[in-house]
Amino acid sequence: MTEFNTRDLVTILPELVFLGSIGAILIVDLFIKPSQRIVTHVLSILALAVTAGFVWSAAPAERVTAFGGMFVVDMIATTLKLAVLLTTALALVYGRHYMQERKLLVGEFYLLILFATLGMLLLVSAGNLVTAYLGLELLALSSYALVALNRDSAIAAEAAIKYFVLGALASGMLLYGMSMVYGATGTLDLARIVAATPDVQHPNLLAVGVVFIVVGVAFKLGAVPFHMWLPDVYHGAPTAVTTFIGSAPKLAAFGLAYRLLEDGLGGMSPHWSQMLAILAVLSLAVGNLFAIAQTNLKRMLAYSTISHVGFLLLGFVGATPAGYAAAMFYAVAYALTAVVAFGMIALLARAGFEADEIDDFKGLNQRSPWYAAVMATIMFSLAGVPPLFGFFAKLLVLKSAVDAGYLWLAIVAIVFAIVGLFYYLRVVKVMYFDDAIEGGTLVLPADRPLRWVLSVNGIALLGLGFASGPLFAWCNRAFGL
Amino acid sequence: MISEYFPVLLFLAVAAVIGIALLVLGNVLGPKKAVAEKLAPYECGFEAFEDARMRFDVRYYLVAILFILFDLEVAFLIPWAVVFEDVGLPALVAMGIFLLILTVGFIYEWKKGALEWE
Repeated sequence: MTEFNTRDLVTILPELVFLGSIGAILIVDLFIKPSQRIVTHVLSILALAVTAGFVWSAAPAERVTAFGGMFVVDMIATTLKLAVLLTTALALVYGRHYMQERKLLVGEFYLLILFATLGMLLLVSAGNLVTAYLGLELLALSSYALVALNRDSAIAAEAAIKYFVLGALASGMLLYGMSMVYGATGTLDLARIVAATPDVQHPNLLAVGVVFIVVGVAFKLGAVPFHMWLPDVYHGAPTAVTTFIGSAPKLAAFGLAYRLLEDGLGGMSPHWSQMLAILAVLSLAVGNLFAIAQTNLKRMLAYSTISHVGFLLLGFVGATPAGYAAAMFYAVAYALTAVVAFGMIALLARAGFEADEIDDFKGLNQRSPWYAAVMATIMFSLAGVPPLFGFFAKLLVLKSAVDAGYLWLAIVAIVFAIVGLFYYLRVVKVMYFDDAIEGGTLVLPADRPLRWVLSVNGIALLGLGFASGPLFAWCNRAFGL
Repeated sequence: MISEYFPVLLFLAVAAVIGIALLVLGNVLGPKKAVAEKLAPYECGFEAFEDARMRFDVRYYLVAILFILFDLEVAFLIPWAVVFEDVGLPALVAMGIFLLILTVGFIYEWKKGALEWE
């Protein structure tokens, strides 16, 4: 039996603090009136901030493991955790007004998001297949329930069922792959799996395991051809929930892919990099082409997510630290952009009006030049127009793919990025050049934090574009470059 | 070696005798007044044969989920109690934390009214 070690608890302290806070918030929320839900809101954001403080101050200079290698804290985990906590806090700020107007602002909205966040923190720190699966399921189960939060809505229920069934299927695939890997290497520990890879007795068994793990990861990322759940879930879920699901879990999915494929199956990279290259091409093609046909902005952003996943995978195909650093930069940039894009829909929505059709943005410039400008910034950033944040993210993954010898893949990505420009620019066009639909008056919510934080986040996409050098240097350092 | 399994054989024999004896006694001594419900395969409050798409109370699920939660708690507690002397104080603290988390969940379900049937 491994001896109990107090240092292990120190390593996992941010997560313990977070879990304790969630328990406290759960109890507090039970004993307050629905009209006082602001208490839960403030406490939740406070819990995220305090946890971020602990993650930051407890960040070790080098890789530290706890509980016999089950839990890993390194700079990659720290970076992803900080980004996850920030994005989740933003999603909470953007979602409050939307949920309140629809009488959906229940304590469970906060608690499920917090539990999902705890799952993500665990996931990005996984040093063992069991820890990875545990974190993944905590994230996934909370997300299924979040999508179904508006239980009177037929499309929300449909989305939740689809999400649950396909998510369970994906988890099954992943588990099956994990069992194969365990069968081939005889260990669940990621570091030992990678050490055992060169001299396994049955390389074919390991290869089959890799295939299933790639399928499971692709499901969770939403890469084509495992993307079917994504548009329905993004569309069917309440916008506030989409804001969360569409942003922070992408960071966690990057963490999952990195931990499993590189930390655990790095020795099998010639196998999985081919698969990821195909997934990337399909995601870029399907995501960008199908997004053109959408009239609903949430669905369009869902297909845009799929294409962004394609870009994210470009960083993986080379299986080099430089590629992972670029992919991590991409994941952070995408999460910070997606959260504000969905937040914008939540901002314009009001009781009985979802504001999720592209036509709902017609003439936004006449009604509110400021928010039209913010929305245009977001769209340009998603499209990858210089000098915005999204441009540098795209540039870096493309560069990493070219450096890794995947020139053809980079060319495909650029072609589809240009195709993608069309539908992002269409949103900008309807805002600036079309007349508002009659009767479509703009009523902005009085929720000041929502308006201010959203504006800052939108403008930050420009600022972060200029500041992307230090950020990328940070990502490079995380991967030891 | 094989003789070590003698108690198992004995157990199987006693179990078989008791099982058969109870069935035979029930058949020989019991009154037989057949009605449709008694002859139905299951007596659980539902019709044995009807359309599969029927409504039933979601509270059954709730009770089942709550049962599984507390069932698992016992499944954790028993092995812990068996090796308690070997694992010592840290395990006591760990189990205390586990029960604390479970209590938080219990307070939640109580306050939400999950334990009220009507």
